[in-house]
Amino acid sequence: MSVFVAVQSDDFCLASEYDELRRHSTCGAVVTFSGLVRELSDNILHSMTLEHYPGMTEQALVAIAEQAQQRWQLGAVHIIHRVGRLKPNEQIVFVGIASAHRAAAFAACEFIMDYLKNRAPFWKKEHTANGDYWVAAKASDQHALARWE
Amino acid sequence: MINILFFAALRERLDCEQYLLSCEGNALNVAAVLGQLKSRSSLWQQELERADLLCALNQQLVPLSATVQDGDELAFFPPVTGG
Repeated sequence: MSVFVAVQSDDFCLASEYDELRRHSTCGAVVTFSGLVRELSDNILHSMTLEHYPGMTEQALVAIAEQAQQRWQLGAVHIIHRVGRLKPNEQIVFVGIASAHRAAAFAACEFIMDYLKNRAPFWKKEHTANGDYWVAAKASDQHALARWE
Repeated sequence: MINILFFAALRERLDCEQYLLSCEGNALNVAAVLGQLKSRSSLWQQELERADLLCALNQQLVPLSATVQDGDELAFFPPVTGG
């Protein structure tokens, strides 16, 4: 299996990532997920800052990809997470999986996102019309992880 | 020396990004390091006894019982919110 992990301030191109993933000729399925900065329901979001723990973040993402490979037969895993200042509608995260069949690709993609949200050291700070706020961790993200344990 | 790092909201509230703690060659566990840090002030006491505080030793998540040695990198941070 090939693993590609990047933590970067630059944007990523979904089409380029997809083209890389579909080069694996033994893989008949590619599943991709992209996470975006969304507006708030109760406040005006100007932008968001993504902070991370350099070094640990990359190691954590590789470890998550390897855990997915232990559960499913995967051809390739790409994980890209952006850091720094992002505006509404900008892309934050990309997870792409290539595998022989779709079931493994769908499951591995969800597994990686659930683990990433609970284990990878990133923190979001929202810059809103009412001030700056650190985003609180959600119990729903922890519950999502529990289904894999 | 133990190189202690703080991230995100915790870094801001403590107004501290990095703290070097002398351990005089003795092995300590994370809880003992936390005890020393909490004794710095009532603010540090309050911030470092949060139940949801996470800890990484040499960039791996660990429990408070983990052993810390001279030269280790220890990080404390709030629950993660990436993705």
